Amino acid sequence: MATRINPEILQRAVKIQLFSLTGFTIGILIFIICFISVKGLPQITLEFLTSNPLDMGRSGGIFATIVSTIYLIFVALMIAIPLGIGAAIYLTEYTRESRVTHLIRFGTECLAGIPSIILGLFGFAFFVMALHLGWSILSGGMTMSIMLLPTIIRTSEEAIKAVPYELREVSFSLGVTKWQTVTRVVLPAALPGVVTGIVLSIGRCIGETAVVIFTAGSSLRLSESFFDSGRTMAVHFYILAREGISMPNAYGTAAILTLSILVINLSAYYIMRQFLKKM
Amino acid sequence: MSAKIIVRNLNFSYNHHKVISDLNLMVEANNILGIMGPAKSGKTTLLRIFNRLCDLIPNIRVKGEIFLDGENILLPDLDVDTLRTRVGMVFDKPVPLPRSIFENLAYGPRIHGVKDKKRLEELVEKSLRLAILWDEVKDRLQEPATKLSGGQQQRLCIARTLAMEPEVILLDEPTYGLDPISTLKIEQALQGLKKDYTIVLVSNNTWQVARISDNVAFLLMGELVEYGTASEIFTVPKDRRTNDYISGRFG
Repeated sequence: MATRINPEILQRAVKIQLFSLTGFTIGILIFIICFISVKGLPQITLEFLTSNPLDMGRSGGIFATIVSTIYLIFVALMIAIPLGIGAAIYLTEYTRESRVTHLIRFGTECLAGIPSIILGLFGFAFFVMALHLGWSILSGGMTMSIMLLPTIIRTSEEAIKAVPYELREVSFSLGVTKWQTVTRVVLPAALPGVVTGIVLSIGRCIGETAVVIFTAGSSLRLSESFFDSGRTMAVHFYILAREGISMPNAYGTAAILTLSILVINLSAYYIMRQFLKKM
Repeated sequence: MSAKIIVRNLNFSYNHHKVISDLNLMVEANNILGIMGPAKSGKTTLLRIFNRLCDLIPNIRVKGEIFLDGENILLPDLDVDTLRTRVGMVFDKPVPLPRSIFENLAYGPRIHGVKDKKRLEELVEKSLRLAILWDEVKDRLQEPATKLSGGQQQRLCIARTLAMEPEVILLDEPTYGLDPISTLKIEQALQGLKKDYTIVLVSNNTWQVARISDNVAFLLMGELVEYGTASEIFTVPKDRRTNDYISGRFG
């Protein structure tokens, strides 16, 4: 008779193995955060945050790149939020599940699957060249909004669907129209879920490079309007590190990047939890 | 007694499945009509046709006529939102909107143009008094409505419907799953309401129908088996099936 492994021991071995696999994943995250923090945090001073880059970024701070990043987020969200929430409302409230909605949903999934560098190329060909917007925050923001749309549509849709159907029935039974029901009852109830999606997409805006290099350029000057070119923090980090201009400043930028994404994801998580608690 | 609602040859099918067939019925004004019948007899569907909430269901076919004060409410170009302000509805499950007690009641009137704060406050107080809830909540109108107990929530829902000042109130098993005291309060409220409103009550609880209805309709498999005054139906039912149902032999 072949020797069998004691099931008790097997059980324990599998548990340990799975635990270490999970631990490894978390370990990588912790390692990256520590690595960036150790190398980057010493660079961060108030001056680093509030002064503009000098000498191609060899010295000076990153103020202009922070401003560009915020501008870019602003433009991208101003476009993506109304489009995304509008599409989500249409898909959930104004159509029944049909082949058309499946097609629309499939389309947004495909949009989500397009590599960002391809989107960047599209933004360059369309907004920068064809529409003559040049390398600008506006071109960058518009291209970025295309990238964010699938996320915002998907998360808003889920949040709207989670609102109990009875609330709509009650509202209709009081002689309230569909649109009023959507704006006064459904959207307020779905708001935390919608906001979570928006916050997560801000995180993606901050970290994106490929789209931005192609469409917003990499000018280091402080951008004064949406028609100016600008360099975001992520692009700044990429150029500093790739061209070997200044590793300390690159790590300083990376630390700010990582920190802000961490803060944003944590707040998204927090909002989501509040939302789930309420339901 | 004048007729508030007249149903003529009503047929309703859903996905080619017949739910109501050849129904003729009359609801008298300032009266409580109790509709009873076993599950799947079409009671709830009938209520939802009265305020056209059935429009929300896909693949339905409605034939026949329903007259509300002589006006056919089944016409396709009827303004259903106006109809629903005239024919209010209370559901079997209390569903407070996720806002305060006051805002739950003010929601409907405000959307329909009542902007004056004083007038809204009067409406809210009047409606809550009619639903016998005022004394329990008058000091905490700004609290979330979800904090109320189940029975209070259902009375809130009745008050919310009353705040619209409708002509007809439809109630779909309003005391389902409530304790006897809450049930009693709701029944008392309904008795008080009938002098100003026409009430249609659907209930699985035969004794509730017997207690508070003036007229009773007994539905079975989408057909009207018997219609008459409550005393007739519960003492000398004409149809054997009605007799079987009220004596608990089936359903």
